[in-house]
Amino acid sequence: MPDKVSSAVMRQGFRVIGHAVRTEPKIFTGAVLSSAVYGVTTVLSSWALGWATENAVLPAFRDGDATGGALALAATLIVGVAVFKALGVMGRRIMAGIHQYRMQAHFRRSLGRQFLRLPLSWHHRHPTGQLLSNASSDAEAAWGPLAPLPMAVGVIVMLVAAAVAIVLTDPVLAVVGFLIFPAIALLNLVYQRKLTPLATRAQELRAAVSEVAHESFEGALVVKTLGREDAEAARFDDRAAALRDANIAAGRVRGMFDPLLEALPTLGVLAVLLFGSYRLASGDVTAGELIQVSYLFTLLSFPVRALGWVLGELPRSVVGWTRVQEVLRAEGAMVHGSARLPADRPAELAVTGVSFAYEPGVPVLRDVGFTVEPGRTVAVVGPTGSGKSTLTQLLARLVDPDEGVVAIDGVDLREVERDGVSGAVSLVPQQTFLFDDTVRGNITLGADVPDEKVWAALRLAQADGFVSALPEALDTKIGERGTTLSGGQRQRLALARALAREPRLLILDDATSSVDPQVEKRILFGLRDQHATVIVIAYRMATISLADDVVYVENGSVADHGPHETLLARCAGYRELVTAYERQEAENAALEEEAVAP
Amino acid sequence: MTTNTVTTNTVTTQTLQNVERGALETIRHGMRLSPEFRRGLGVTLVLAILATVGKVIVPIAIQQVIDQGLSGSSPDLPFIRDAVLACAAAILLTALAGYAMNVRLYRATESGLATLRGKAFRHVHDLSVLTQNTERRGALVSRVTGDVDQISTFMQWGGLLIIVASGQLVIATVLMAVYSWQLTLLVWGLFLPLVFALPKFQRMVARNYLTVRERTGDTLAAISESVVGSAVIRAHGAEERTATRIDAAVDAQRAAQTRAQKIIGFTFPITELVASIAIAGVVVVGVLLGVGGSITPGRLVAFLFLITLFIAPLQTATEVLNEAQNAIAGWRRVLSVLDTPADVADPGEEGVTQPRGPITVAFENVGYAYPDGPPVLRGVDVVIPPRRRVAVVGETGSGKTTFAKLLTRLMDPVEGRVTVDGVDLRDLRFASLRERIVMVPQDGFLFDSTLAENIRFGRPGATDDEIAGALAELGLADWLDGLPGGLQTAVGQRGESLSAGERQLVALARAYLADPDLLLLDEATSAVDPATEVRIARALDGVTRGRTAVSIAHRLSTAEAADEVLVFDRGEIVQRGPHAELLKEPGVYADLHASWAGATRS
Repeated sequence: MPDKVSSAVMRQGFRVIGHAVRTEPKIFTGAVLSSAVYGVTTVLSSWALGWATENAVLPAFRDGDATGGALALAATLIVGVAVFKALGVMGRRIMAGIHQYRMQAHFRRSLGRQFLRLPLSWHHRHPTGQLLSNASSDAEAAWGPLAPLPMAVGVIVMLVAAAVAIVLTDPVLAVVGFLIFPAIALLNLVYQRKLTPLATRAQELRAAVSEVAHESFEGALVVKTLGREDAEAARFDDRAAALRDANIAAGRVRGMFDPLLEALPTLGVLAVLLFGSYRLASGDVTAGELIQVSYLFTLLSFPVRALGWVLGELPRSVVGWTRVQEVLRAEGAMVHGSARLPADRPAELAVTGVSFAYEPGVPVLRDVGFTVEPGRTVAVVGPTGSGKSTLTQLLARLVDPDEGVVAIDGVDLREVERDGVSGAVSLVPQQTFLFDDTVRGNITLGADVPDEKVWAALRLAQADGFVSALPEALDTKIGERGTTLSGGQRQRLALARALAREPRLLILDDATSSVDPQVEKRILFGLRDQHATVIVIAYRMATISLADDVVYVENGSVADHGPHETLLARCAGYRELVTAYERQEAENAALEEEAVAP
Repeated sequence: MTTNTVTTNTVTTQTLQNVERGALETIRHGMRLSPEFRRGLGVTLVLAILATVGKVIVPIAIQQVIDQGLSGSSPDLPFIRDAVLACAAAILLTALAGYAMNVRLYRATESGLATLRGKAFRHVHDLSVLTQNTERRGALVSRVTGDVDQISTFMQWGGLLIIVASGQLVIATVLMAVYSWQLTLLVWGLFLPLVFALPKFQRMVARNYLTVRERTGDTLAAISESVVGSAVIRAHGAEERTATRIDAAVDAQRAAQTRAQKIIGFTFPITELVASIAIAGVVVVGVLLGVGGSITPGRLVAFLFLITLFIAPLQTATEVLNEAQNAIAGWRRVLSVLDTPADVADPGEEGVTQPRGPITVAFENVGYAYPDGPPVLRGVDVVIPPRRRVAVVGETGSGKTTFAKLLTRLMDPVEGRVTVDGVDLRDLRFASLRERIVMVPQDGFLFDSTLAENIRFGRPGATDDEIAGALAELGLADWLDGLPGGLQTAVGQRGESLSAGERQLVALARAYLADPDLLLLDEATSAVDPATEVRIARALDGVTRGRTAVSIAHRLSTAEAADEVLVFDRGEIVQRGPHAELLKEPGVYADLHASWAGATRS
């Protein structure tokens, strides 16, 4: 069983390498040829030195004359061979590096695209730290063998040439010497079997360390205000210590493999020497032949070691590859239809029998149904946790309903062509997210929108004031290396982003919670003149009173639907919710009066 | 038009320190921070020397065996047998020393790196950049992950090789000098320019590796955008654009890596070339000397053999130094985190630890301005006596959030001081401060765990019953009952399985369970429905009688219920007093209240 595992690792490892070679055949070939040049010139350089000694140095000494052309020729020969050797080294290093980096880049690009393709539900199940680890340490591990690979392949020429020469010289000695090959195979098998599980564990823990760091830094405010820095540090240290132990355990195996791999070829030479001396004594080989075979075996040790470097990287490579493939093979990307939505008029929205659950058996929405006429503004109201935000995600087709249909202008959103829904619907989520980009970039999202339109959107979102006061106005960088904005300012930029797309259906999920009431009021008034159907999740009376209609949601289903006044009169839950402040104020006033009364 | 309500909040937050430090200084400093690196280094070094000596001696020994054993007319079988066995034993000993050295190295370096990771992680939590600049957090992660990993490869083979190589270089030089001092001078003379040029190359390589590390950080930031912003990207159909941005970052990273690789590719073989020139030179000059009678042909041939002994360590050194630059680039980035002083630091042993109980907080002529920015808070002078319920109101940018950050010591005032029971906040131990004053921020960040674990974050060791009790006291028992898994409900990454309002409920319960002397609510119920909010406010009111409560709110319902309202406008307290009184006088509060009342009532 474990043998099967390790040979499977080997097979998979070679498949990974095969994939890399097929993807970038030219650069790989170039690197291999350079290595071959290196291999040949290595042999040539010792030959050149020998030639120089034989034909230039010794004759010069013998004749007591250092003026001969042979000396100049010898010097030229030595330097000339070295030039080619250097070129070989240069070519191999640069091309092997390029190969490795290109493969990593391919991986990172595909991962990015896959992260963008996979549905939100998938993202909820996968910690950010883990996904980043896929793009960093896993991508690096997967292509680790590419650095030593060209050398290993390139010097195979040396290997074959030396092996043939050995066999031609003395087949019996060759058999003795070649025993090191099964020995190396065996060593490698043991190595793969022992290292693979350890490497897998180390790579998992590397992701775990990244997860904790990511989460802890993201929750920094909570950690700090509750004084839990030390506890968090202890949590991190735990994972870091586990990673340390895993790396040490893997190091123990690697630490054994490397010296043994170096020792084996030399032991082979010794075996040849010992056995060869008996064959020499019995007259089967000449002294010259034995010396030549020993020399050839010394030559062999280099390619064998280069192969070992590749094999040594394989387990880690397979682990990284597998972890990345798990993401690349994940399914569940949204399927798009081919229907086109009409342009240029407010959307008509119809929600019919919609149910949705994040986890099977725990429905968040149950049989939700309502319709919105084009150009109307509808407020969706409901207690905390009643499923309102989930509803907005369904309307923007960020998720698909388990049952029922969400339709715009009579077309099921699932039938709409790619980018069709996002072209018609703009959702401003509760949680503001800004890109590490300029103000303009954050609003246009790369689309070709003229500045007048950007400013118009900013004006509508009541953001033109602070944006024009920014040091570089629309070109001010926000995010990592830029200006920090307040919560309310961020929300208004997110709103402007949605408005700039001139949506036919605009969905605001409590998108003005950090905006001052009077500013919010101005925003909402402005929206009335928009050529769009508007769905707004709201608690405030001012917002609700701007709506033509109210959908009241309770426990994941529509409890009532109608104009505000009607609901206020007939729906107890709704009344309770929207009049909470007034009732509180009345109670406070009553209490005060009581206190004042004798 | 709206500019009066909006103050540009251009915050220049603290950036990470980048102390210019040479490579050696970086290594020395890094070694100091991780003492594990040096522990037992002597033994490891001895093993390394044994392994290296083995590697050098064995081939020579074999050569000798061949020469001597086979040189006679018939092979000297017993001699060869004994010699081969001795060599085999030496090889095995060498391998054993190599193995022992590797294991010791792995143990020492991994332990040292784990320590470094832990120190950097802990220090990041002390940096205000973490709480002030949300966008930078992603970049900090790579400092405790990838950058540290980068160091390990080098530490596990490079560091020792360099020491061993230097030793080899000295030995080879001495041996060469024994054969011919003139030729030794020649060889050194040829290599000397290289020795001087090498540091220049190294600096070039170092710069490029630093760029590589930076581009790597950019790539991770771009990819993390596609993960963290997944909802917004889909909502606006921005997939293609985000993909393009990722591609650009990935390409920039690859270009930086390729550039670094090219520089190394060009510089590394230079040693090879210089070596060949040296050999050719020795051949020519050696012959000239030989003809003059200063050297015999035997010694010249032997000298040629010694040069390879001399060149090999030089080649190793160039190789290792290149790798080292990569490691040092990572090391520098980790150390730059540790170099950045914790601007808001714990006073340490000399700090005050206060007993729990009724708390008096005082702002004494407090002012605050971000570095190079205009003042955002001016001359704030206010005393909050024990058991008082205070509401802080004002428009966006009026300074109320800054007030909260100073009160919880997320920042220190630029002018004046904030005191707790007469003690300057800067002199109060963090443990004591965080126990007495707890803030509930607007964004109730939750950890990827269960509901119970998240609430327990406020008071480690609280039982499930206590947690359920706290929720019940806050009037949230019904909500808890409605959750599928009750207290064991998994909240998902960042708490995203719950709604924003629900996350705020958890954050509130968490702070409530922590049971501080002063509870600071920073718009802590902004996403909660009005009915629940009123219920919570009432519950808090009932159960927080014994403690001070400060609420920052733009829903003025909170202010109506407070004992005192602090009205902020453009960084100053412009009005204060009970709601009813403030309402009577014309001013900022009356205006705010009018617009609030307009917003909540039809």
